[in-house]
Amino acid sequence: MSSMQLLDLMVSNQVTTRTQRLLPPEPWASAGLAAHLERHGALVQHPSSDQWREATLGEIERAGLVGRGGAAFPTGQKLRALLAHRGKPIVIANGTEGEPASMKDRVLLARSPHLVLDGAALAANLVGAGEIIMVVHRDVRGSVDAALAERRLIRIDSTKIRVVTAADGFVAGEASAVVNWVGRAAPIPLGKAPRMTERGLKGCPTLVQNVETLAHLSLVGRHGADWFRQVGTADEPGTILVTLAGSLVTPGVFEVAIGTPTSDVLELAGGPSAPIQALLIGGYFGTWISAPASLSVPFSMGGLGVGLGAGLIVALPAAGCGVLETARLVRYLASQSAGQCGPCKFGLPAIAEQLDLLAEGMPVRYDDLTRWVDEIEGRGACSHPDGVARHVRSALDVFGHEVSEHLAGRCSARERQASRAFPTEELL
Amino acid sequence: MKSHLVLHIDRIACDARGTCAELLPELMELDDWGYPIIADGPVPQDLERLAHAAVELCPKMALQLRAREGGTRSVLVPTDELRL
Repeated sequence: MSSMQLLDLMVSNQVTTRTQRLLPPEPWASAGLAAHLERHGALVQHPSSDQWREATLGEIERAGLVGRGGAAFPTGQKLRALLAHRGKPIVIANGTEGEPASMKDRVLLARSPHLVLDGAALAANLVGAGEIIMVVHRDVRGSVDAALAERRLIRIDSTKIRVVTAADGFVAGEASAVVNWVGRAAPIPLGKAPRMTERGLKGCPTLVQNVETLAHLSLVGRHGADWFRQVGTADEPGTILVTLAGSLVTPGVFEVAIGTPTSDVLELAGGPSAPIQALLIGGYFGTWISAPASLSVPFSMGGLGVGLGAGLIVALPAAGCGVLETARLVRYLASQSAGQCGPCKFGLPAIAEQLDLLAEGMPVRYDDLTRWVDEIEGRGACSHPDGVARHVRSALDVFGHEVSEHLAGRCSARERQASRAFPTEELL
Repeated sequence: MKSHLVLHIDRIACDARGTCAELLPELMELDDWGYPIIADGPVPQDLERLAHAAVELCPKMALQLRAREGGTRSVLVPTDELRL
């Protein structure tokens, strides 16, 4: 299946939820500007008014919106950080979606491009940006171009907007890699200092914000903080787009209130298609948690005890082998290192190799494996090695029994071949 | 006594030359591929001079001393400090 076909499938599998804010109620409802304005109304802005800027930033902070790209950084705080620095800011809407199993940013840009563009325009007006750059996955470039053409006809935006097709690759979506891609056609992360909000693209303060975050932002700009907090939990307000993948009846992208019972979230995809042993939460950089214990708890960081990351949930069937799946995913993650930092360049392949041996039930340097996992953390210019460390640590914990079996040269899984839980076309 | 300085490595620039670990074994060890691992916490005051020297002598200029309180600028090394 091509990625475009997969995108179509994700859209057609959509189930309307009670708390649907970002996606149109009908899967195939028009994504055009007229339908958008009819549904959401115009976003009124007063860019030249300091009073408007302060009031809007206050609402955004009170709403408690955090980034939906993976790091969950408070959006209000990020916007304020830009105001603290000199130079004409640039806003980058990040729709790179380098996470192979995630589809939510693509579905959002295909179904609600105007909501994202509204959010980018609002962010630009709040920080006084001179330019907006939409960096979007190739599958949805057409949708974004078409939406922009509609907006230009009626001159809805005061800030210059251009569209750039995102680079491929897992780390291409990292904020500094996006800036590097737009500025120098090199989709690899830069060092951590200085922050993008201080000096980013062309040396200007740069706001890199995930496209889903911008869509939420445009709704906070319309309806305010109280409205935003009507759903979700007190600590984690609002809705979140999730990509449900793996052993589920109808995998797809859905919008849920944060705090919805995890089993109800899975029901949106028709529920498990086979008994489930574990869920990967957040992304390939995310955390394994064991099922079915986790199914009864709220889908939130508070409930699950792990970050929601980019909203990915992959269900691993009970018949599959968690060690084998982990080895496969870590091999993929190792292949996606930009190769700039030694601990990532050499540590990740070494970890992947030991996990491969473990998966095969071959002799393993297990103490070295766990030491390397501890050692790579915090030793990259970006957080790619940290994500691998998190993933492997949680796997060795959640699949502890299976790890013991493999260390003894056995495997208790009924299905030894890699399951279909994870998209394979982008894997090795 | 702890100083107000912490060591920071530019991981992209670092090329595993190992000079830092040679000069500052108390604070730097090398991983299996020769890349430095920094001990947690600020630089003890009695090692400050050596730390400055390690910063100055890193052939890739990948090592920096930074102020502890969230500072991002590298601290300029007074020339006197380098006379060990």
